Amino acid sequence: MANVHSWLIDDSPASRLQARLGRLYRICGALSRNPLAAVGAIIILVLILTAIFAPLIATHDPLKQDLAQRLLPPGSGNWMGTDELGRDIWSRVVYGARITLVIVVLVAVLAAPAGLIIGAISGYFGGWIDRVLMGVTDIFLSMPKLILALALVAALGPGIENAIIAIAITSWPGYARIARAETLTFKNAEFIAAIRLQGASSLRVILGHVLPLCTSSMIVRVTLDMAGIILTAAGLGFIGLGAQPPLPEWGAMIARGRSFILDQWWVATMPGFAIIIVSLGFCFLGDGLRDVLDPKSGEQR
Amino acid sequence: MTALSLNNLDISYGETQITHGISLDIAEGESFALVGESGSGKSTVLKAIAGLAPQWTGSITAFGQPRTHGIDQHFARHCQMVFQDPYGSLHPRKTIDAILSEPLAIHGIGNQNGRVEDMLVAVGLDRKFRFRYPHQLSGGQRQRVAIARALMLEPKLLLLDEPTSALDVSVQAEILNLLKRLRREQNLTFLMVTHNLPVVSFLCDRLAVMRHGRIVEIADVADLKRGALQETYSRELMDISVAHAG
Amino acid sequence: MSTPLLEIANLRVSFPTQKGMIDVVRGVSFTLGRERLGIVGESGSGKSMTGRAILKLIRAPGTIRADTFRFDGIDLLQQSERAMRRIRGARISMVMQDPKFSLNPVMTVGEQIAEALQTHQRLPRRETRQRVLTMLEAVRIDDPERVASLYPHEISGGMGQRVMIAMMLIPEPDLLIADEPTSALDVSVQAQVLDIIDEQVKRKGMGLIFISHDLNLVSSYCDRILVMNTGEIVEECQAGELRNAVHPYTRGLIAAIPRLDETREELPVLDRSAWVAQ
Repeated sequence: MANVHSWLIDDSPASRLQARLGRLYRICGALSRNPLAAVGAIIILVLILTAIFAPLIATHDPLKQDLAQRLLPPGSGNWMGTDELGRDIWSRVVYGARITLVIVVLVAVLAAPAGLIIGAISGYFGGWIDRVLMGVTDIFLSMPKLILALALVAALGPGIENAIIAIAITSWPGYARIARAETLTFKNAEFIAAIRLQGASSLRVILGHVLPLCTSSMIVRVTLDMAGIILTAAGLGFIGLGAQPPLPEWGAMIARGRSFILDQWWVATMPGFAIIIVSLGFCFLGDGLRDVLDPKSGEQR
Repeated sequence: MTALSLNNLDISYGETQITHGISLDIAEGESFALVGESGSGKSTVLKAIAGLAPQWTGSITAFGQPRTHGIDQHFARHCQMVFQDPYGSLHPRKTIDAILSEPLAIHGIGNQNGRVEDMLVAVGLDRKFRFRYPHQLSGGQRQRVAIARALMLEPKLLLLDEPTSALDVSVQAEILNLLKRLRREQNLTFLMVTHNLPVVSFLCDRLAVMRHGRIVEIADVADLKRGALQETYSRELMDISVAHAG
Repeated sequence: MSTPLLEIANLRVSFPTQKGMIDVVRGVSFTLGRERLGIVGESGSGKSMTGRAILKLIRAPGTIRADTFRFDGIDLLQQSERAMRRIRGARISMVMQDPKFSLNPVMTVGEQIAEALQTHQRLPRRETRQRVLTMLEAVRIDDPERVASLYPHEISGGMGQRVMIAMMLIPEPDLLIADEPTSALDVSVQAQVLDIIDEQVKRKGMGLIFISHDLNLVSSYCDRILVMNTGEIVEECQAGELRNAVHPYTRGLIAAIPRLDETREELPVLDRSAWVAQ
């Protein structure tokens, strides 16, 4: 262990791999010294583990109805109680983690790279390319996110896949804006000029030299946005345009629990807690990452 | 053979014309300095040659071949540039190894490992720096990396934009010695922009004094050392430099 | 000299790092009368930190310690942040390196100079304006009326630095700290700006601390010179005596500067082990 540690923090790494891992290690170290970020990271880790091991963690089948057991309060048999169809809420929340994680990951994978590339191209080339791309971006930005997502889902038809596509389409413009701003700040930097002078193609400059500098702020932004994405997904689920029954999606679960909110509070509250905790987790982690990855303050220490 | 020949070069940024009719010839193996105050257009000339200021008329000929306006791969093999600010000219997220390998990768040159190692030795950097990030290096070490990067493609002409003005004097001495040695060993041609006349005395053979985008005088460095520059403005610059040295 | 303007003994400025406290200034002692003192050193020598420490401008978590730290009889270490704010500007001023970053881009030059005055003194508007124009004239700005109404981006670097000097001098401080005041300027403008500082300092009988990396520049504008290296003063001498410096670091620095009539094939390089071992 001590060996691995000293290998990682070695001032004079012997290979590129060691240098990269060392940097990663330092970032993780800095992150673990930031209490809120650590809490956030633990929450996200728990979410991921829950999603992976859902069948082991869940006590019941999330889809199995048992009308004799409907609307039971939290107790030893059903930790979070049961819903109006007698399904175990704990098990549904646990399986819901899978859906949430899928939504979040897919949106991040679709929207962030798209925004990143569009923004970087726009910022790097400038001129009419910039005007066209940013014009499109502005059109998307000018529409309220939820309304746009609603319209898209309404057009594509309700369902979790369409909800993901809709959310991704509404979130890339923000990333494009950031990537463009970042690109503009170092587009005229000498290290970019130097690489151009070596004969690198524009594609190579953007992919190999501009994008790596945008990624850290992008990671921070995406992490911070995760909370919003989860909430949008839950919102779509809530109004019945996201995940369709009987899928245990948290937003949809709250929607169904709404009818019993006064007498059987747990039906809506438990998935609500899950949403709050996971959203907070992403926010904390994002804040911590910002402190660590910020090119202006991090790295220098 | 002439390494670089500028003929009636007018460079503009947008509507503003920066230089007016710059003409000069630099022989192969020569070390030539462009001196002047800020705003004299000396750095702009360097940028135009490098391809970073593409808006010009007149002609630039390097090693007998006319230069196009943009940046091209072929030209990159002959001519490279070292920038003024060692903090701004290295990519902050890449290791020294990655920075030095990149030009080889762009041009599909093999034996990257060996070439990077050799170059580190040539610019006097210890092997332990190879996988460090720029922020782990001092200003002088960074400038050595920048010089190494410029030499990776084995160019014949090196454009130097105030290569030591951001450095401490003791580090400046090291870098100047290094440049002098590399020039001797690799038979390089230097075109250096600077405002520091003593540096010109140390490193160059000839100089051109620039003012308001025009060349005022072209002279041998021997004349500079003897204090025998002809034009009034050149003499003013020289006098300030002498007064400054106390 | 009667009572010195500034008395500093064993000044230490430390910053915490992951490897423990690091002293960037390590036991600096000097006294300053109404004279021109130069502090020379390379980057990382602690020269700027010394200058900032005098104004207590070291940001937390950095700390300042000293055995004696007195300005005109006032113990600076005992002063609260509020008391320091009354001293800064009014009694001790500082000119920074780059006017581009020190001037407010949305205020005219005249307004900024007036503000520097009004922060410390209440004067009728007409008199303030008169003082501003006189000050601009004093820093050799030919057309003070016009320049006062310009914005910082409309003036050149040299003019900007003169405006900065005007701003710093208008409250008539007793001590001026100039930290690399001309490094961002052309050599010809440099001399002009330094002459102005020199003239003002002499006329008002102020103390001047001139911080620079440039040995030659400091030796031609100061009476006395401190050479700093790695947080310590390694050499103290009269400006004219610099050529006879004894410390290997100072001698090394002088030798490393190329000369206009350069004939050396190679410049001597500092051998840092020479004095670290001592």
